Amino acid sequence: MKREIAFTLNNEEIAVEVEPNWTLLYLLREVLEMTGAKEGCGVGECGACTVIVDGNAISSCLYPVMEVEGKNVTTIEGLSKEDGTLHPLQQSFIENNGVQCGYCTSGMIMSAKALLDKNPDPTENDIRVSIAGNICRCTGYVQIVESIRKAAEKMKNT
Amino acid sequence: MEDFLYVGKDVPRTAEINKVTGRAVYIDELKRPGMLYGKILYSRYAHARIKSINTEKAKKLPGVKAVITGYDIPDVRVGFMEDQTVLKRDVVRQYRDEVAAVAATSREIAEEALDLIEVEYEELPAIFDPVEAMKPGAPLIHELDGHGRPVKSNVLPLRWTLNVGDVEKARRESAYVVKDSLTTPWINQCCLGTSGCVAEFDSVNNLTFYSQTNVIFGAKQRISRYFAKIGLKDKKIRVINPIVAGSFGTKLDTDIYEFICIQLALKTRRPVKIQFTREEEFRTLPPRQTTRFEIEQGCDKNGMLTFRKAEAILDNGAYTSWGATTPSVMMMPISSLYRVPNVYFNAVCVYTNNIYSQAMRGYGNPQASFAVEVSMDHLAEEAGIDAAEFRMKNRNRPGEVTPMGLKITTCPLDRCITTVKEKIGWDQKRGKKNGRGVGMASLIHVAGGARVYLSDGTGIRIKVDENGHVDVLSGSTDQGQGSQTVLAQIIAETIGFRPEDINIIFGDTALGLWDAGTHASRHTFIAGNAAIRAGEKVKRQILELAVEYVPKLLKSDFRKQKKKDPDFHEPELDFTLIDNPEKLDIKDRMIFAKKAPENPNFRIDVARVLNRALNVGNGESKTVMAEVFWDPPTQMLNSEMKGNWSCTYAFGTTGAEVEVDTETGEVKILKLVAAHDVGRAMNPTLVKGQIYGAAYIGVGFALTEKLQVVEGRVMNPNLRDYKVLTALDDIPVEAVIVEDPDPMGPYGAKGIGEPGLVPTAPAIANAIYDAIGIRFTDLPITPEKVLAAIRAKKQENQQRDA
Ligand code: FES
Ligand code: FES
Repeated sequence: MKREIAFTLNNEEIAVEVEPNWTLLYLLREVLEMTGAKEGCGVGECGACTVIVDGNAISSCLYPVMEVEGKNVTTIEGLSKEDGTLHPLQQSFIENNGVQCGYCTSGMIMSAKALLDKNPDPTENDIRVSIAGNICRCTGYVQIVESIRKAAEKMKNT
Repeated sequence: MEDFLYVGKDVPRTAEINKVTGRAVYIDELKRPGMLYGKILYSRYAHARIKSINTEKAKKLPGVKAVITGYDIPDVRVGFMEDQTVLKRDVVRQYRDEVAAVAATSREIAEEALDLIEVEYEELPAIFDPVEAMKPGAPLIHELDGHGRPVKSNVLPLRWTLNVGDVEKARRESAYVVKDSLTTPWINQCCLGTSGCVAEFDSVNNLTFYSQTNVIFGAKQRISRYFAKIGLKDKKIRVINPIVAGSFGTKLDTDIYEFICIQLALKTRRPVKIQFTREEEFRTLPPRQTTRFEIEQGCDKNGMLTFRKAEAILDNGAYTSWGATTPSVMMMPISSLYRVPNVYFNAVCVYTNNIYSQAMRGYGNPQASFAVEVSMDHLAEEAGIDAAEFRMKNRNRPGEVTPMGLKITTCPLDRCITTVKEKIGWDQKRGKKNGRGVGMASLIHVAGGARVYLSDGTGIRIKVDENGHVDVLSGSTDQGQGSQTVLAQIIAETIGFRPEDINIIFGDTALGLWDAGTHASRHTFIAGNAAIRAGEKVKRQILELAVEYVPKLLKSDFRKQKKKDPDFHEPELDFTLIDNPEKLDIKDRMIFAKKAPENPNFRIDVARVLNRALNVGNGESKTVMAEVFWDPPTQMLNSEMKGNWSCTYAFGTTGAEVEVDTETGEVKILKLVAAHDVGRAMNPTLVKGQIYGAAYIGVGFALTEKLQVVEGRVMNPNLRDYKVLTALDDIPVEAVIVEDPDPMGPYGAKGIGEPGLVPTAPAIANAIYDAIGIRFTDLPITPEKVLAAIRAKKQENQQRDA
């Protein structure tokens, strides 16, 4: 039985019919046809599906869709400005080679954003902890950590 | 240092901006109208006879559009040894054997349908240990070979033997000899995006195949061979890459699921997608196989290597993919890492009822270098020489030809070793045996293509449009290494445009010219060489058009200005400055006269010239386009396994400093220094990215990663139990770029895709030995193994003391 839920998605109020057993990732990818959150495992072990719900980075592949009712969801699609200007994190990932194949990138950036929203001045360890659940097979994390660190610096100075 | 505008610069990966905005479309996002979802039913046994398959219930499930078994499709063989069929109908030989497949309107329905398929098996005796499988009288995994001839043994009929000089004599004459046995585990490549494909036929059975392959023309060739066998000869095949989420070897061969997808699309007359779950990825994707090495080497009393002898047994699993050819690359470090005059190598690949194997980044080199480099440390100790000094003495040098026939052109291995020594603090830290230790290992790898097929070529097409934008159609692919950026830098440098003017289109057999594949760290080198050649042609064409049209454009400009302003005086221009293409050049897309670079009249945007040349109005309009197919001047290995198969070779040294916790067995990496010979770095930031990423996979190989395969079944098919490193495994890794521009390389570049992985594990193992005096020869070196070894050593010491 489908039920209607309403929530804020990337600053837009939306109402949508869902099956109660769906995950948030299913809603995003399969129903709303958004390509940003990726599915790397579907069982909460890779972080590719990370989005922000009410300020917290969560694995949307595990997140029951019914629980987003009334909440505020941000995905990678909601990060750049309307005129296409990239969020400093996005810019920094491009500039510092935080992206290789890119499959972990959406999730990485969302985890990092949740961190920087709460802690604009993170230590390297804070950064590493924030992306501990995001697996990257390409980069060895070095340039990802650097991308996040440099974005944080830039955001602080503007 | 030459002055380049874009080569050698940290040009950002702006071409891949969609990857940070969530708009990049990978196979998992790809949808085609009317698309169905395919799912595969795998065997329940490692070895069994199929007694019956009943698909009736599955077929009746609403939403199911097709259910196929081996009885519904032509019974033809595929694979490089033609040792398997697409769907198995008589015997299953591994847990991943594909028994049936479903196409349905949703993944969920397809999955449900799988549960409704009934298969009856009769279990057969299985064999999982390659050493057991090699013994005479062992049950045969295959009774017939790909040509229907009876098979006598489980050893594959592939001969991987190299024999140079006189190893036996050299051994007798050596002052020091060591012998070691080493093993490496099953490794899953763990691309972050799982495997998948979409097959779509048109109404007359021409196929468009969306595949993640990194060898698009190889895939096309394999599919066309398959087509010839199933009555679709001469049907057109177009292979297209979506954006690829990692490769690391998994996409070299056409996998069985891809053939199944094609069959489902053929049967249903609709596009079909197969997309693996992570569990499927672990259970069925061909991993890097296990290898056992016996290695022996010796040196004279001065510490000069005298011989090296290595024998390897590779677990091939039940069928054959390219993994069975990794011994060709293992041969490279065994014969050619350090100068060694007498070499013997022999490898066998053995069929078992394990999951069939494939190659992974490094293609056998990480396993073989682990053997060579652990043994090098052992020998140095035996000979009483410092391990770094020992390597320095025996290092490769420019100009030498190795026993395998590799012609070493550039070789800064000495600089790699000394850099690592310095940065890791070798002289201060080595030999303390106080729980902390340092170790090193080096590598040699192909870095200028690898002639593993008859052609190692690649094609590039460059066209420049009337807006001054450049489309580059490359026959190769990108798996995330950043080729868009690097190739754009090379072309921008060559033709005098800006990287942002250049758009690289990869991965489409209909658009690109033939390419041997983005493998063997060959892309930058081979495609770069082709790109420079094509770029030079394009530039010449532009300058020829400039000679013709710049004067005309200037004159019409002047006419217009005069119309506007009657006082305008046409400047006196010396048109002989631009009357020949040789007298012109391009920078940042602006044409200028070499002799008068600052003259603003002669500075004209290429776009204007091209626009003018296109819109002539007299039937003589022209566009700018050039194509080049470049096949490097290299050799295939001959029947003795010798040949110079790459234009150049990359060297490198990794140093590790570790601390071993003798209470927990944990190995902490305090520092990793990876110094790599890259020829000339095209984009230092991207080069470092390759080194970091590869080094991390190397650390996983050394310490954590192992696909647990128990009696043919994968026991840890998830990212919780299969331990890839996370950001919390904070490994201080320093990537050092060692430059020595290669005369054959594009602007001096060598390939760097794989090298970073290769020496990492032996460097760590050697560092652990330096820390605690225990030589680990079985990867991964887990805390359990370390603790057990420490305990065993203590006991040994106690017994000795007692
Ligand atoms: S897809 Fe959600 S954690 Fe992997
Ligand atoms: S960039 Fe490929 S998984 Fe992170």
